[in-house]
Order: sequence, then structure tokens, then C-alpha cells
Amino acid sequence: MSAPVTVELNVNGATRTADVEPRTTLLDCLRDEMKLTGAHAGCEHGVCGACTILLDGEPARACLMFAVQADGYRITTVEGLAPAPGELGIVQDAFCETHGMQCGYCTPAMVLTAHALLARNASPTREEIVEAISGNICRCTGYGQIIEAIEVAARRLAVSNAGVEGAP
Amino acid sequence: MKAAAFSYVRPSTLAEACAILRADEDARLIAGGQTLAPMMAMRLARPSQLVDIARLPELAGVADAGDALVFGAAVRQAEAERSPLVAARLPLLAKALPWVGHQPTRSRGTIGGSVANADPAAEIPLVLATLGGAVDFMTCDGPGHIAAQDFFAGPMMTALPADAVLTAVRFPVWSTPVGVGFHEISARRSDFAYVSAAAQASFDEDGVCIACTLGLGGAAAVPTRLESVALKLAGRRMTDAEIAEALEEAVAALEIMTDSYASPEYRRRVAKELGARALRDARDSAPGSRP
Repeated sequence: MSAPVTVELNVNGATRTADVEPRTTLLDCLRDEMKLTGAHAGCEHGVCGACTILLDGEPARACLMFAVQADGYRITTVEGLAPAPGELGIVQDAFCETHGMQCGYCTPAMVLTAHALLARNASPTREEIVEAISGNICRCTGYGQIIEAIEVAARRLAVSNAGVEGAP
Repeated sequence: MKAAAFSYVRPSTLAEACAILRADEDARLIAGGQTLAPMMAMRLARPSQLVDIARLPELAGVADAGDALVFGAAVRQAEAERSPLVAARLPLLAKALPWVGHQPTRSRGTIGGSVANADPAAEIPLVLATLGGAVDFMTCDGPGHIAAQDFFAGPMMTALPADAVLTAVRFPVWSTPVGVGFHEISARRSDFAYVSAAAQASFDEDGVCIACTLGLGGAAAVPTRLESVALKLAGRRMTDAEIAEALEEAVAALEIMTDSYASPEYRRRVAKELGARALRDARDSAPGSRP
């Protein structure tokens, strides 16, 4: 054991504090201290991608960071993507509709990765989608419906953005 | 898969970081942590303290020094990948960066960290060796400088003093327009390369090669520039036959690594083929080439 230190993190737009040992990963801090269990613990050494979160909007592995390193960043977990409690964002909705999942273990990470991709690239090619999710392992689906979900979400976002621009 | 206990310190100056390393031989630097954190999770590394240098102002930014781009050691790989300066001035590095890990590891991983880690299969050290770059470092005794050819000492081993902070990585920029090529083979996208090849070439107005360089990663214990290939092809048009001939001898002379994934015979055969592809790509994308 080494003495706990207080970390102050910006998570999903709110400032949260926790007392953790320096060896506590950002993943364990989010899950165990802040009760944000959407980031999943898979391999815990940076291979599977199940713990993906967004750091300043970019996908990163929460298991490959210690919580003490994470102050000063905007941290987004899947819990931060829903527009309101009980509602789903466009990307989440597309995953439901195409059933881009099976057991669901990789799903929050896939949704966040897709969200970051579409924020950077509004109309990705299939190849760009495959490249974006290449760091996220899914052992169930064979990826087909996940790719389809991201394609559907891209089309919906294009329509919804066009609607906003064209609104009176 | 939890790291052993350690203490964490974030010095506010480079001098302070050097002093901590001098005082505690079990302290380790962390910036991106994309290799160190998994090593710690597997308890293959058990540092007494982690010295976080990611936010040191002395290690930030990319500077154009005319004949080189100088990267602060803590520049993130993703930042370099998106940099218009890198795309324009160091096309070989720009071409190799998308092969480094995955996007989520590049958003944390740093240029200096990858070089200091010296994985023989890593792409950034390969580009550094291929272009004949160098690193800058700092210890309590003052600054130092090591050329790439003397820096990589073996798998995960470098000539960096134990209490040094690697501060900058210098990638040479040629004064003439260049073409580049990069190829890699691994079991899965972005897994460790069995073999990778990086090449750069420049031609005069008659279509004759002024300079070229080829480096191989994954094949030998360190990223290796094939000097004999550069010597043979300079002054030639770099036809497919000339490239094949130059590679034949150079690759035959290499001491090739072996592991449970790829035999030395396989690596040698692939090294020859990927080396040829990288050189042909460099030639075909260079202004003025007429093989």
C-alpha cells in the first residue's frame, strides 16, 4: 500500500473527486470509486479495448492510465453520451436498431469509439470504420452489425445536422 | 492484473525530474505509459516511483530546424499524425505513424517514449534509424546527444544513461524532394510487426538517384539501416532489377531474429520482399524518377 491521494477529475462535464492509491488505474477509479461501470474491465493490459473512454474527445484506454495522471482532461464515459436519463444518443440508437452487439461487453467502448470517429469524420468509409474499431475486440458478433450500426448512425447524423442547418 | 504499489510525482521542471532519477535508481519515467502501464499490470515492471514528465514544457512541441524536425519527447503520436508540418516535411514518419499501435494508444503514446522503449518491431525507432536521426537527453550533469546508429543497443535496450531524461528526437529532413515507402507484416492489424520496411529516395532531373535509404524493423535485434543498399543505388535509376540485386546481398548479411511467431527463413524472405516494395514505392512517389 502507498498512501491514498486525492484526485479531482472532470468526468462527463462534472468535477468528481476520489481518494485513490497512485496505482489505481483510471478504469478502477471510474468503476469502483465513481460507480461509472460503463467502462468495462477486460484484459486490463491494453489489448481488448473494453475500457475505452474519451480523453478530450479522443479514444483512450482507461486501463493504461493511472487516475493520478488524469486531472485536467475532459473525460467522457458511455454514461455521458445519453442526451437525458433514459434516453439514447443517435449512435446508441443505431447500435440497438441494427443489433450491433451480442453479449454487450464490448458495446460501451464500441459506442464511444464510433462517437469519436463521427465527431472527426461525418461520413467515414467502411474501411475507415473498420480502422477506427480495430483496437476494440468483439468475441461474439464478427463485427458486421457493429460496422452497420456506425454506418446507420453516420447517415442519421448527416440528416439531423442538415435539419438543424435548414431550420427556420 | 494490478500494478504493485508505487508513489507518484509530477515534477514541474526538467531539472527536478533529473534529480529524482539520480536519487532513486528504481524510479521510472512515465509520459504516455502505453508500454510501461501494461508491464506494471503484469508486474514485469515494479518501479518505486513514477515520475510523470508528460506535461513538462521542455518536452513539448515540434520545431523545424531546417535540416531536421525536432520533436519534444512528450509529443503525442496522435499529435504528430495530425501535424501538417510532419506531413509536409517528414512524409516517411507521416506514413509510418498510422501503423503505430491503435488510435487509442496513439492518443496517449509519445514519440520520445517509443524511441526510448526501443522495441525492435516499433515503427518510430525504425524511421529514426532509417533517416539517421538522433536523440537529445538531459542528466544532472548536463545535456547529451546520441546518434540513432549508436542509440539502439538491442531489444528494449538503448545507450541512454540510466538517470537520463530523453528530451528530444531529431528526424533529418532532406533538402531535395523525396518519395517514401513503408510496408509491414503482422498477424493482425497493428500487432507487433514480424518485419517492417521504410524507405526514402530522392532523384535529380535526369532521373538518377541522388540519395536513398532503407531500414528494416522486426527482422534484427534493433531497427537497422542497410547502408550497402543506399551505396549501391545512389547514382543509379533504381530499376526493379537494381533494387532486387542490392537487397539480395544486404539481407543475406543480416543477423535475423527468431521467435515462436516467425522463423528466421520467413523473416529473411519477407524482409527482401517488403524492402523491395518500400524502395519501389519511394522511387515511384519521388519527383523526377524515371526507372
